[in-house]
Amino acid sequence: MPDAPGLELIFARINSEHPGAVLDTSYDRGQPALIVHPDQIRKVLIWLRDTEDQGYTFLASVHGADYMPAEPRFAVHYEMLNRERYERLRVKALLPDPAADQDRNGREDRKTPTFVPPAFDADKYKDEEQQEAEQRLAEVAAATAAAQKASGAVDGPLTDSGAQGEAAQANGAGDPGVALGGAVPPETVTSVSPATDPLLPHIASVVDLFPTAEFQEREVYDFFGIVFDGHPDPRRILMPEDYVGYPQRRDFPIGGEPVIFTRDEVTNPGWWN
Amino acid sequence: MAAGPKSEPRDSLIDQELTPAMLAMEIEAKLPGATVELEPEQEMMTVNMGPHHPATHGVLRLVVDLEGEVVKDLKPIVGYVHTGIEKSCESMNYWKVIPFVERMDYLSYFFNMQAYCGAVEIMTGLEVPRRAQYLRVLHMELNRLHSHLVWLGTTALDIGAMSVYFYCFRDRDKVLDLFEMSAGQRMHTRYFQIGGVAEDIPVGFENKVREMIEQMNRGIGQYEALLDRNEIFLIRTKNVGVVEKERLIELGVTGPLLRASGDAWDLRKEADYLVYDELDFDVPVGTVGDGYDRYRVRLTEMRESLKIIEQCLDGMPEGPWIADDRKYVLPPRSELSTSMESLIHHFKLVTEGFRVEPGEVYNPVESPRGELGCFLMADGSAKPARVHFREPSFVNLQALKDMAVGEYVADLIQTLAMLDPILGGIDR
Repeated sequence: MPDAPGLELIFARINSEHPGAVLDTSYDRGQPALIVHPDQIRKVLIWLRDTEDQGYTFLASVHGADYMPAEPRFAVHYEMLNRERYERLRVKALLPDPAADQDRNGREDRKTPTFVPPAFDADKYKDEEQQEAEQRLAEVAAATAAAQKASGAVDGPLTDSGAQGEAAQANGAGDPGVALGGAVPPETVTSVSPATDPLLPHIASVVDLFPTAEFQEREVYDFFGIVFDGHPDPRRILMPEDYVGYPQRRDFPIGGEPVIFTRDEVTNPGWWN
Repeated sequence: MAAGPKSEPRDSLIDQELTPAMLAMEIEAKLPGATVELEPEQEMMTVNMGPHHPATHGVLRLVVDLEGEVVKDLKPIVGYVHTGIEKSCESMNYWKVIPFVERMDYLSYFFNMQAYCGAVEIMTGLEVPRRAQYLRVLHMELNRLHSHLVWLGTTALDIGAMSVYFYCFRDRDKVLDLFEMSAGQRMHTRYFQIGGVAEDIPVGFENKVREMIEQMNRGIGQYEALLDRNEIFLIRTKNVGVVEKERLIELGVTGPLLRASGDAWDLRKEADYLVYDELDFDVPVGTVGDGYDRYRVRLTEMRESLKIIEQCLDGMPEGPWIADDRKYVLPPRSELSTSMESLIHHFKLVTEGFRVEPGEVYNPVESPRGELGCFLMADGSAKPARVHFREPSFVNLQALKDMAVGEYVADLIQTLAMLDPILGGIDR
C-alpha cells in the first residue's frame, strides 16, 4: 500500500497533469483511497495504469456503494492493484443522485399514492392527448423493434430473454421518451432506456481499459442503477431483465415480494398486482 | 472461415441440387487428377447449454453459437440462483452475517468467512491470537483440499473418467469428517468468529488430521495414476483452452487459472495475512496454460496444502483461540453464571451486536478459485452498510469466451470444468 505521504504525492502528481481530477484523498485503517471527479475517472485510471513508477495495471474489483443520506450519494469504487509491489489503491468516484429532489426511487410512477382531487374537463382533454401520445409511443417502439430485428439478424442470434430490453437500449438515441419531450405520460416513463435516463447517475465505462470490468460494471448497474456510458453490453446481470428498481440502494426495502406461480395464474390472472 | 449462406449463387454450370460431395465426384470425373477440397456447408446454429445440465456445474446457462462443431461465440447468462445475500447482510448484525456469506461459494466457506471476518477485524482493529490464526490456516487449507477434490471429481466425470469421481468423493468425506470434529458441521461450519475461531480443536483432532494427510497423499497418487497417463484425458486436455497470460490478467483472472499460464501470483505469498509468511510452501505454475496445466496446478496445490496443514499441526502455538476483547467477542460460557459483567456483555453482543466506526475496507484472500475480496462498509451502526464480495468465479467466468471460441463444443465442457465456476458464488 502507498503510505499516507505517498498517497499525497500521487494526488499532487495527478492533479498537476489533470487539474481538478482528484478531489480528495483518504487514508483509513491502512487503506489508501483517491476520491476522483466522476468525469475524470478514465484519465485517472489511465494515469495510474500507464505512468512508469505507478503500474496499477490490475483492476481487482469494481463495486458500487450508496452513502445515503450523505451527498453525493452514490460511488463507484475501483480497487487498483500494483502486482510488482503488491500495493492496493482504491479509486472512488462519487456520483450525486440526479433524482434526489424526486420521489424515493426517483420515478414519478413509483410515487407513493396520494389523494388526487377529482378531475375537471381540461383533464379529460389531456387524457386524449395522453392516449395519443401512448399510441405514438407504441408505434415508435414497434418500429424500432422491427428495425432492431432486421439489423439484429445480422448481428448474431445471441439474444436471450431480454431481447426487448436490448433493443430498447440499442436504440437509446432514438428513444421515444426523449423524442416526445414533455408529452410523455407518467405511465410510460418506464420505457425510458437506462442509457439515456436523466434520473440515473452516469459515469464513463472503463471496459476498454480493463476488460475485467465488464461483468462488474453490469453488476453495479444492476444493483445501484449507475449507468456506465460506453459499456458494450449494458444490461442487468443477476436480476431478471424486467426487474424494476435497483435493489442494493439503501432505500430499497427488503422482502414482501410475491412468489409468482404459474398455477395461480390460471385461476387468478394477475393476482400479484 | 466464414461460410456463405446456402443460397449463395454458385458457378452457373453447377446444379444447385448437387451436394458438395457429388459435385466433387463430378469434377473429378471430368478432370482426372484434380483434387477438390470439400468445404462442408456450414451454418451458424445457436445452442442453449443449461441452465439445467450437470456439466455446467450449477445453474449456468451458456448461449453458444456454433458453426458445425466449432464454437464461434459464447455468452454466459447467470443469475438463476441469485438470493440477494449481499442485501440480506445489510440487515444483520456483524456477527450474524457470517453464516450468510458462507453460503455464497458453497465449496469455499472457510475462505468466505476469512474474507469477511478479516475485513471486520481490520475495521475494528481486533488482534487475532496466533493459535486462532494457525487454526484458520489449517481449516482453510483443508477447505482448499475439499474444494479441489470436488472439482477434480466432477471434472473427471465430465471428461468421462467415472471412477475418479468416486475416489475423490471418498476422500472429500474424510475432510468433511474433520470439519465435523472441530466445528460440529460438515459444511457451512460457522467456525470462524470475529476475533478468532469458535472453539479449540478437540482432543484427537491432530491424530485424525495426520491420518488424513497420509491417506490423502496416497489418494492424490491414485488420481495421478488414473489420469496422468490416461490417453483420453491427455488428448482432451492438452493444448485446449489456451489463453495467454497477458489476456488473463486483463480479464482479471486469478487463482489456479492464472498460475497454470505461468504467472506465480498467489495472495498467500504476496499479501500479508494470517501466518502464511511463517509457513513453507511452493506456488505451482504451469507452462502452457491449457487444461492439462490447470489440472496439474490444482493437483500440486493439493500436495502443497497438505504440507501447510502438516506445518500448522507441528507449529501450532498454545494459547487462546479467540481475542479477549469483550466489546467484540462473546465471553466464555462458564463466566455467565458467575460474572454480572460478562452476562451484560453477552446480552449486549447477542441482542444488539457491536458497533463499528464508519469506514471502508477491502480484504482479499486467496480462495481455491482466485482472489476473493470482501468489501465492507460501515456507517457507525451495528449492521454493515454494505458487504460486497469480489467473487473469483464471477470474474473468471468472463475468460470462458476467450478460452472456448474457436474450439470444438466438446472441448467447451472441458474448458468450463477446468475454469471451476461455482454458481452459488457467481450469483450470490
